[in-house]
Amino acid sequence: MNATTAAQAADIVAALLFVLSLAGLSQHHTARAGVAYGVAGMALALVATVVVAGRSVSGGSIALIAIAGAIGGAIGLWRARRVEMTQMPELIAVLHSLVGLAAVLIGWNSYLEVEAQHPGSTELAGSLLRIHHAEVFIGIFIGAVTFTGSVIAFLKLSARIKSRPLTLPGKNLLNVGALAGFVGLTVWFTVSPNLALMIAVTVLALALGWHLVASIGGGDMPVVVSMLNSYSGWAAAAAGFLLDNNLLIVTGALVGSSGAYLSCIMCRAMNRSFLSVIAGGFGVEAAPSGEEEQGEHREISAEDTANALLNATQVIITPGYGMAVAQAQHPVAELTRRLRERGVTVRFGVHPVAGRLPGHMNVLLAEARVPYDVVLEMDEINDDFAGTSVVLVIGANDTVNPAAMDDPASPIAGMPVLRVWEAEHVVVFKRSMASGYAGVQNPLFFRENSSMLFGDAKQSVEAVLRELAVSNPGPAAGSGPRPAEQPAPA
Amino acid sequence: MPASPPQRIGVVAESTSGETRVAATPDTVRRLIELGYEIVVETGAGAASGFSDVSYVEAGARLDDAWPADVVLKVNAPSHDEVRRLRDGATIVGLLAPAQHSELLTQLANRPLTALSMDAVPRISRAQSLDVLSSMANIAGYRAVIEAAHAFGRFFTGQVTAAGKVPPAKVLVVGAGVAGLAAIGAAGSLGAVVRATDPRSEVADQVRSLGGEFLPVEVEQESAGDGYARATSEAYDRRAAEIYSEQARDVDIIITTALIPGRPAPRLITAVQVASMKPGSVIVDMAAAQGGNVEGTVSGRAIVTENGVTVIGYTDLAGRLPAQASQLYGTNLVNLLKLLTPERDGQLTLDLEDVVQRAVTVVHDGETLWPPPPVAVSAAPAKAPAAPASPVDPTPPRRLSPAGRYGLIALGMLALFAIVAVSPAQLASNFTVFALAVVIGYYVIGKVHHALHTPLMSVTNAISGIVVVGALLQIGHPPLAISVLAFLAILLTTVNIFGGFAVTRRMLGMFSKG
Repeated sequence: MNATTAAQAADIVAALLFVLSLAGLSQHHTARAGVAYGVAGMALALVATVVVAGRSVSGGSIALIAIAGAIGGAIGLWRARRVEMTQMPELIAVLHSLVGLAAVLIGWNSYLEVEAQHPGSTELAGSLLRIHHAEVFIGIFIGAVTFTGSVIAFLKLSARIKSRPLTLPGKNLLNVGALAGFVGLTVWFTVSPNLALMIAVTVLALALGWHLVASIGGGDMPVVVSMLNSYSGWAAAAAGFLLDNNLLIVTGALVGSSGAYLSCIMCRAMNRSFLSVIAGGFGVEAAPSGEEEQGEHREISAEDTANALLNATQVIITPGYGMAVAQAQHPVAELTRRLRERGVTVRFGVHPVAGRLPGHMNVLLAEARVPYDVVLEMDEINDDFAGTSVVLVIGANDTVNPAAMDDPASPIAGMPVLRVWEAEHVVVFKRSMASGYAGVQNPLFFRENSSMLFGDAKQSVEAVLRELAVSNPGPAAGSGPRPAEQPAPA
Repeated sequence: MPASPPQRIGVVAESTSGETRVAATPDTVRRLIELGYEIVVETGAGAASGFSDVSYVEAGARLDDAWPADVVLKVNAPSHDEVRRLRDGATIVGLLAPAQHSELLTQLANRPLTALSMDAVPRISRAQSLDVLSSMANIAGYRAVIEAAHAFGRFFTGQVTAAGKVPPAKVLVVGAGVAGLAAIGAAGSLGAVVRATDPRSEVADQVRSLGGEFLPVEVEQESAGDGYARATSEAYDRRAAEIYSEQARDVDIIITTALIPGRPAPRLITAVQVASMKPGSVIVDMAAAQGGNVEGTVSGRAIVTENGVTVIGYTDLAGRLPAQASQLYGTNLVNLLKLLTPERDGQLTLDLEDVVQRAVTVVHDGETLWPPPPVAVSAAPAKAPAAPASPVDPTPPRRLSPAGRYGLIALGMLALFAIVAVSPAQLASNFTVFALAVVIGYYVIGKVHHALHTPLMSVTNAISGIVVVGALLQIGHPPLAISVLAFLAILLTTVNIFGGFAVTRRMLGMFSKG
C-alpha cells in the first residue's frame, strides 16, 4: 500500500458513504444517520486528497488551503445557523451557484495548467489532449450555466427581481442557438485551443444560464431549483472527467441524477413536461380565461371559522406558498396543537409543488413543531377529503383548483390537485380574490361549501386562535355540543 | 356625529293558533345583542318551543311588551290588530307570504312602516344563510317521515328475526327539493327502500347520494332559471301519472312535496291511485296547505280512506319540531340582521341596491315594493355543466409511445457505446463509473419520502462541494493564477460543504413525531 492506492481506496469508501447518505435521507428515522454518513465521506475524501496533494506542493499551499477552508467553513456555518426556514429556497439556490462557480474556476485552472502551457510541456499527448480540451469546455459550460441560473433563481426567490417570466422574442431559438454555438466552439477549441475561445464559451454559458432561468416564472421554481441541483451535480461530474477523478464523477452523477429525478417528480405534479417548463413563459397567456366572474363567494368571520373547527371531527389543512410568505406556519402549528388537544383530528395535505422548493412546506411545518406523521402528501390524503368536516386552505390556490379536473379548457387542466372541495366545508385563507400564479380563476371559491376568510394569513390564523380561546377556554370546560361530554345524571 | 342609541328588537309571541315556533331563541338573542341591539321579548313567547322567559333574560333580553320596538321579529304574518300595534317607522320581519296576503301589504303600506318577508329571500348562494324556506323545508321533510312512521304499523327497516322475515318498507318521495331530499335521507336512515321522482333530472345525483333511487320521467323538460321547480308539460304529466300508478300499487309510503311558488299545488296522486294502495299504507301530503298534491287530502288533518290508507295533511310539520324550527328560523333572522347591520352598531340600515335586501323588502316607508325584480340564480347551470358533472379524466402528460421510448433508450446506449469504444482506456473507465453512478443515484432517490426533499437537496448541495477536490489538487501549481483561482474555489466549495451539512442537520432536528 502506498499513498496513491490508499487515496484511491479512500475515494471508493467515500463514494459508498455518499450513496449511504442519500439512501439514509429517504426515511425520517434514518435521515440523521444519512447526514452523518455524508459528513464522514466528505471528511475522508478531503483528508485523503490533502495528504496526496501535500506530498507535491509546499507548506504555503497547505496553509492557503487551511485559510480558504476556514473562511468558507465559517461563512457556511454562519449562514446555515441564521437562515430562516422560509428562505431555504434562496439558500439552496446560492449553494448551487457556488458549486457552479467553483466548477468554472477549476475548468479555467485546468486550461491554465495544460492548454496555456507551451506545447510539449504537458505529459498528456495526442487524443488524450483533445479529450482534455473538450472536457475543459464541457466543465466550464455546465458550471457557468449553473452559476448564473442559480443567481437568477436566487434573485427571483428573494424578490429582488420580478418573478414574472422574461419573454424575449424567439427565446427557444436563443436556447437552442446557444447550445449549437457551444458545440461549435468546443470543436473549434479541440482543434486550436486559445484564450479567446475560453472567454467566448464562458460568456456564452453565463448568458444561457441567465436566460434559461429568467424566462421561467416564480411558480415553476420547484422545478428550476431541482433542475439546478441536477446541473450542479453534472458540473461536479464534468470536473471529475477533467481531473480523471472517480470520486468526483461518482458524486456528481449521484447528485445529478437525484436532481433530475426530483425535477421529474415536480413536473409530474404539475402535469407538465420538463421541456415545457424549460421553454418557460407559463402563466402569461393564461390570463383571459379569468375574465368571466364565475359566481359569488361568501365571506366567513374568524369567529365562525373557530366554531366550525370546534364542531369538526376531521380537519385537513392544505398550506401553500402564501403561508410561507405570511410566515403563518407558527400560528398554524399552534392551531393544530389546540385542536388536537380537543380531540379533533388535524392533518396536513401537501401538494408536491406547494412552495418554492421540493418539500418546502414540510420543512416549514417541521420548524413550527408540527409532528411529521400528520403531514401527508397529496396521494396519501386525497381520498380522505370526502369524510372531512373542515378544510383550511392557507395560501394555496392553483394546487386546490377544481378546474384542473373539471375544465378541459383550463390552462392547468390535468394537473393533479388536492380535492379539498369534497369536504363538507372549505375555508380559504386568502389576501383577496386575485387569481393564483397560473392566472387561472379558481371555481373553488364560488362553491357552495366554501367560504373566504380574507386578510393576511398569519393575522387571520391568529384571529381564529383568539376566537378559539374565547369561545371555549379549554377541553375540560366542555360547554361544547359533543354528547360524550355531557355530565352523567346524578 | 354622535352615535345613535341602539335600536330595540322585539320578539313577539305568535298569535296564529297551533303555531309553536318563535322568532328568536336564547341563543339567537345573544347573537343579536352582539350586533348592538337591545332585545325585548314578550312574556311567554318561547313557551311553545320550550324556551322559558328566564332563559331569555339570562341571554340578556328584557321581558316587556315587544310590539312597540323598532324592529319586530315574528314567524307568521301579523294580524290586522297586530299591525295596528306597530309604531310608525318600525320594521316588521316575518314569513309574510306577500303573494297570498295582498290586503296585509295594503294595510302595512298605509303607514310609514317597513316589512321584510323572509319567504321572499332569493335563491342565490349568498342568501343561503337567510333562506327560511329551505331550513323549514328541511325540518318538515324529516318530520314527514316521522309522521309516516308513526302512522305506519310496521318497521321501516327489513329484518330477519326468529319470528319471521320482515321486508323493508318502500317509500316514494315525489319532488326532490330540500324537503324531499330531507325525507329521502330520513327514510333511508330508518332502513326503508326509497325512490324519488322530480321533473329536474339534474337532482338525480343528489337523490342517489342520499341512498335513494331516482325514477326518471323520460320526457323533454326545460329547467327553470330561478332554482325552483316549474309547472310541467303535458307529456311529462302523462308519463309521471303512469309512474305514480305503478308505484302506488307497490310502495307503502308516499311523501309528496311538489310546490310551485305562488300557485296552488299540482294534483299528482289521484283518488284512484290512493285506492290502489295496500291497506295500512301512509301518504304524507306536504303541500296540503296549498291545496295538496293528493286527491282527498284534508288540510291540517290526518284521515283514513275506505281502503285503510292514512292520508296526512298536516300543514305545521316544521312546527312539530318547535325547538329545532325556532332555532333555525332564529338563525336565519340573525343572518338577515347581520346583513342589515354592517357596522354591528345596533342600527338597521336597508340598502335597496343589494339584490337580497331588495327582494325581502315588500313594503318600505309606506310604499309597496312587491314583487321584486327577478333575480337570476348565480349557480344557474346555463351553459356550464351542473356542479356534479362527471369530472374530466386528467389528461396524462404527453408521453412517448413504448416504441419511441425503447428507441430513445437504444439510441442512448448506442451513443454511449460509440463514445466509449473510440475513447482511450482512461476515459472508458471514467464512463463506466459515471454510468453506474447515475443509475444508483436514480434508484436511491426514487424512494425518498416527499417530506424530505428539501433536506435531500441541501445534503446533495453539501456533497457536490466535493469539487473542492479538484481545487485541492490544483493549488500550489504554477503559475500563480492557478493558486488564486484554486483558493477561491476552495473557499466557495467549503461554504457549500459546511453550510449544506449544517443546515440539513438543523432541518432534520426540527422534524418530530407526534
